Amino acid sequence: MLMFPSDSLITSFVYSMSALPPFKPVTSYWFRLSQNGQNELLCFPSPASPPPAAMIHSLFLINASGDIFLEKHWKSVVSRSVCDYFFEAQERASEPENVPPVIPTPHHYLISVLRHRIYFVAVIQSEVPPLFVIEFLHRVVDTFQDYFGVCTEAAIKDNVVVVYELLEEMLDNGFPLATESNILKELIKPPTILRTMVNTITGSTNVGEQLPTGQLSVVPWRRTGVKYTNNEAYFDVVEEIDAIIDKSGSTITAEIQGVIDACVKLTGMPDLTLSFMNPRLLDDVSFHPCVRFKRWEAERILSFIPPDGNFRLLSYHVSSQNLVAIPVYVKHNITFREGSSQGRFDLTLGPKQTMGKAVEAVLVSSQLPRGVLNANLNASQGTYTFDPVTKMLTWDVGKINPQKLPSLKGSMNLQAGASKPDENPTINIQLKIQQMAISGLKVNRLDMYGEKYKPFKGIKYMTKAGKFQVRT
Amino acid sequence: MSASSAFNEEKGGSSSVGEPEYGHDPASGGIFSSDYKRHDDLKEMLDSNKDSLKLEAMKRIVAMIARGKNASDLFPAVVKNVACKNIEVKKLVYVYLVRYAEEQQDLALLSISTFQRGLKDPNQLIRASALRVLSSIRVTIIVPIMMLAIKEAASDMSPYVRKTAAHAIPKLYSLDPEQKDQLIEVIEKLLADKTTLVAGSVVMAFEEVCPERIDLIHKNYRKLCNLLIDVEEWGQVVIINMLTRYARTQFLNPNMNDEEEEEKEKKAEAPMAKRKPYVMDPDHRLLLRNTKPLLQSRNAAVVMAVAQLYFHLAPKVEVGVIAKALVRLLRSHSEVQYVVLQNVATMSIKRRGMFEPYLKSFYIRSTDPTQIKVLKLEVLTNLANETNISTILREFQTYIKSMDKDFVAATIQAIGRCATNIGEVRDTCLNGLVQLLSNRDELVVAESVVVIKKLLQMQPEKHSDIIKHMAKLTDNIQVPMARASILWLIGEYCEHVPKIAPDVLRKMAKSFTNEEDIVKLQIINLAAKLYLTNSKQTKLLTQYVLNLAKYDQNYDIRDRARFIRQLIVPTEKSGALSKYAKKLFLALKPAPVLESPFKDRDHFQLGSLSHLLNAKAGGYQELPDWPEAAPDPSVRNVEVKDSVRAVGTVTCRDRESEQSSEEEERKHQRKSDQQKSDSESESDEESDSESSQSESDDSDSEADVKKKKKDPVCNNRKHKCIDSCFNSLVLCLQNISPCSALKSYELLHRIRGEGLSVEYCFSRQPFSPDGNMVAVQMQFTNNATSEAKNLHMEDVKLQSGMRVKEFPEIELLPAGETATAVMGIDFCDSTQAANFQLCTHTRKFFVSIQPPVGELMRPVFLTENEFKKEQGELISVTCRPPTPFLSDSRFNSIRFILFCIAQNLPCGSDKECRFAGRTVTSGSLVLATVATKEGGAAQLTVNCEKMVIGTMLVKDVLLALTQ
Repeated sequence: MLMFPSDSLITSFVYSMSALPPFKPVTSYWFRLSQNGQNELLCFPSPASPPPAAMIHSLFLINASGDIFLEKHWKSVVSRSVCDYFFEAQERASEPENVPPVIPTPHHYLISVLRHRIYFVAVIQSEVPPLFVIEFLHRVVDTFQDYFGVCTEAAIKDNVVVVYELLEEMLDNGFPLATESNILKELIKPPTILRTMVNTITGSTNVGEQLPTGQLSVVPWRRTGVKYTNNEAYFDVVEEIDAIIDKSGSTITAEIQGVIDACVKLTGMPDLTLSFMNPRLLDDVSFHPCVRFKRWEAERILSFIPPDGNFRLLSYHVSSQNLVAIPVYVKHNITFREGSSQGRFDLTLGPKQTMGKAVEAVLVSSQLPRGVLNANLNASQGTYTFDPVTKMLTWDVGKINPQKLPSLKGSMNLQAGASKPDENPTINIQLKIQQMAISGLKVNRLDMYGEKYKPFKGIKYMTKAGKFQVRT
Repeated sequence: MSASSAFNEEKGGSSSVGEPEYGHDPASGGIFSSDYKRHDDLKEMLDSNKDSLKLEAMKRIVAMIARGKNASDLFPAVVKNVACKNIEVKKLVYVYLVRYAEEQQDLALLSISTFQRGLKDPNQLIRASALRVLSSIRVTIIVPIMMLAIKEAASDMSPYVRKTAAHAIPKLYSLDPEQKDQLIEVIEKLLADKTTLVAGSVVMAFEEVCPERIDLIHKNYRKLCNLLIDVEEWGQVVIINMLTRYARTQFLNPNMNDEEEEEKEKKAEAPMAKRKPYVMDPDHRLLLRNTKPLLQSRNAAVVMAVAQLYFHLAPKVEVGVIAKALVRLLRSHSEVQYVVLQNVATMSIKRRGMFEPYLKSFYIRSTDPTQIKVLKLEVLTNLANETNISTILREFQTYIKSMDKDFVAATIQAIGRCATNIGEVRDTCLNGLVQLLSNRDELVVAESVVVIKKLLQMQPEKHSDIIKHMAKLTDNIQVPMARASILWLIGEYCEHVPKIAPDVLRKMAKSFTNEEDIVKLQIINLAAKLYLTNSKQTKLLTQYVLNLAKYDQNYDIRDRARFIRQLIVPTEKSGALSKYAKKLFLALKPAPVLESPFKDRDHFQLGSLSHLLNAKAGGYQELPDWPEAAPDPSVRNVEVKDSVRAVGTVTCRDRESEQSSEEEERKHQRKSDQQKSDSESESDEESDSESSQSESDDSDSEADVKKKKKDPVCNNRKHKCIDSCFNSLVLCLQNISPCSALKSYELLHRIRGEGLSVEYCFSRQPFSPDGNMVAVQMQFTNNATSEAKNLHMEDVKLQSGMRVKEFPEIELLPAGETATAVMGIDFCDSTQAANFQLCTHTRKFFVSIQPPVGELMRPVFLTENEFKKEQGELISVTCRPPTPFLSDSRFNSIRFILFCIAQNLPCGSDKECRFAGRTVTSGSLVLATVATKEGGAAQLTVNCEKMVIGTMLVKDVLLALTQ
């Protein structure tokens, strides 16, 4: 007789089925739900694939709300689902600027920069110096700004064809090809209203037909055949003071960083030299490629054939041996008492070492502790705002009048029952001083060689506060 | 704008019903119905014969691609327009093609012939872009075509096209790796190129295709070093990174003696066989010297590349120069800061002194993003030493009050590390941290507990009060990690707190079931340790805890309980191990070493992606270790005599005038270097000066000549033989006057002309009726038996812009007679032919006159200075004469072509002949220089505003030479 315990067999089988984890279709490993809800196949590179040969594979532009509004590929198409890794990192970061610039994913690396509330995310497949990519992405943003005036999502969308043409010229196979603005402008003319009209009427194009002269010449940054009726060269010396002032008003660290921005509109091939009264002040410098380094080393003279239009000639750092003049002082008294739901806020600003120049466009901002609910303050001058959500207090002071010092006084309301906050807010200050470079740097003279006409020359000085913080 | 309207339509298309059909989104329309109609309007526009419509359509298609919408079904319609005349349409078609060719391989092949034609275009931009698109189409079937195109473009006249060829190499390689060997040949050829434009791109190709073939670099090493400053910035980064690796394989470690000494001090070994004193290879020095100015670059990537080169290659004392530049980068965008700080963190471990003067630049501002703050903190911690620790701790104190809690936690960790590294401040730090235990923020307290635990392990006996204080905290603190740390501390040092410990265990036993897993494990540990030291008080408690743990959900905890019970509770069954239970549990534990996460990261090349991620990225090239003994340095010597070198078109920032001074300066520097290193032996100095010579041989000819003039003694022998060779050339040049040999060309052969034959030559005289015309002298010969009448021209067909002044009619040409006439043609500076009909009274003959490029110019006189000045501003084309030695007859042919255009100008050097001319129509300047060098190698440089004319002129000369 066959005594087959069929019943028990079946039950045990059912049992073992239920013990298994819920069955997953295999396809779920191969598809990944991407941000925009499309299922896209993930590519797994075959193990024997040749080393990927591209520095920058693809570029995605992502706006503040997380939409990919532009993509460009220089090699095979990389599915936009790769950006999901970026979105994950974005969620993890508390602040937009805390998204790590380099994110490794299983098959790619994402390198991103954040400018004008747009993330520029480059997709990399193999080893490349990260700064190379970051610097390039910033150059892309600068170029967009140069072409469209602003670099916003709307501007990029409006000029999507020009953007595409630019990206096509700037990178070849992921390696930078032409990033010099003067060369790009010969290849692709920037859109202006007039040109758009003319193009629609005449049917002419925005695209240059000849190789830009700069590409082959010894001065690639300058186009040839430049002509102006008014020949002018303007130089702005702008210095920024970075400082940290401690509670008692003494300076912890202070340094001056400066730039010389130029706007040169000169005919032909002018050769300029710019000399300073006190070049020894400049400790560390970085130049536009047009500046002849040897000449600077030997004579401390800036000698260069300028690019056409706006450019940054020089950025410098004033040596730290020199004492930095701090243009303003801050008297502050910000206190919270234990057990009380009130806090005192008292702030007075005054000019310090300004060499007789007026301090203008002063703006004070401070991040107050989280426990602060509201602030009832009284500004002797200017207006103040307090954002109860971000706890950001800003006070637009304007010009400081040395006879009547601006002050902001009053009380802060704390959350009832909350304990005294133990953080101290820092005070950030912005300001401007016209007609003065705080380091005392002075341009001696500007000479032009190589052309016959007499150009109009102008030099402007300005001092600003950079990262100027007062700790309390 | 048109593009924007396309955008809006695309977006709105799905929602509003009345919208026109075009550019429909596939996902939104009807399931099948709209599919076949989709893009119909775009197709129509592309098929129209109006460029403006095509352009509009292409713009909309590109806008679709930009948003990631699929436009592949338009492929046939788009690809038809690849030969469109409108350059903007063409460009957009290229964009489309590169995007979709991979998906539609068969259709893509239709476009290939257009590109092949483009490769032959006289306009270099068109040649280059044809190659660019051709190589970007990832279709395997065209690999042979690509290979051919790359090879051809690699020897193109235009450096821009050669650059494009270099870019195409990795593209082809990724498409078909089997082409590697052939591609390496092309790379080798392009590496020898002397233009700055090509250098960066070819090194990039080298890195992608054959980074292991370091032998290809030898011969080009010095050239790359010398060109570096004028290469575009992106190329600089690639070259510097490659040269770093190269130098690591070819030179000796400049710090080897220092490191050896350190080792000796440590080990106090018997003195090893004494190694000879270190002498830096002059090529190593050359690299360091030529990269240093690039620290001043505006490009952060370049600065970083130089910084890593110095870090990996420079002698210790010289590395310091990079600190200033790196600190400058901290002013840049936050992403740049992030990368730079990571690298500074690694560097500051190995070379702390370098960044100490810039300590304050790493102070943290409340506005910095958290990830930057944490990195700065890391650097500050690395920089801390006995002298600056008090300032740093004061800074840290303010950081602890920050609102950014993640940052506060990192600061506490940093304080802990300072305390372990610097013994003097340990107590101060510990007291500070204990104060933090009463902080309101739980995270701060928890982090402090963890750090205190680590610190206490170093010297527990002194700090029983702190342990007591922490025991009290167990009532309030909830963070599991902190609770676990406290329990571990109490267990470990239960002898120091004999009264409190059992009480803590009692409390913990009560709350055991509600604790987190790590806390439970520590409770078991605590119980076990107390059982061993104080079994009287805690026996029952321990039993209770172990019983609870026995039934815990976590098997780890169950396991631990079982294991501990067996060990500590003596039973008959328990083995020999329980005897040693006390030793096992209460052994002295070494204090943890608090290390920077950046320690030892420098085995990755700094500045690389792998370094940043601390993991090897794909395609990362290991930085090799220094060799034990230096490989043969002579491999880098360039044999001047055997090879004919092209002239560099290299002068950029520092022109000729400065080059000689540079040369001198270099020598000067060398001298001072030598003075510095006292140990250098006599023989070394000799070899040094020798190689300096060969090095300068490599630089530009002008500098070369000048240098030779300066020290005639050392070059005397060479000089003489060159002189003799050159003198003969100069002589034969002077003997022949420009007008003596005019070449005549045939316009009409006598057989075709039925007896009438016509020859013409370019008389090289100004054509008096019109200065912009080239004079053409015609000679009519009547070989027929009858006379010819009314010889005149008719029906002139010209390219736009060209003009012709007809010759006066010849009324009668008797048989056997000859007559001449002069006509003028304005060729518009092009070599386009002028076509016309030559008529006699009976017949008409179609004839055409095409000028050699040399005839489109007439001579001008320039002084030497003017010449040099102009030369600097014009585009230059160079040629490589195919023979190393110029025979007189060959030189004659050059002279012929050059003399036809221009006149020989006075020249300061007897090694150069200069010619200058202006084109007839536009008057643009054409300069030519023939220079000879030792060994008879010659180089021809043509400088011209018009690239085409320059190229053609050079081509003509080359042709003349090969004939």
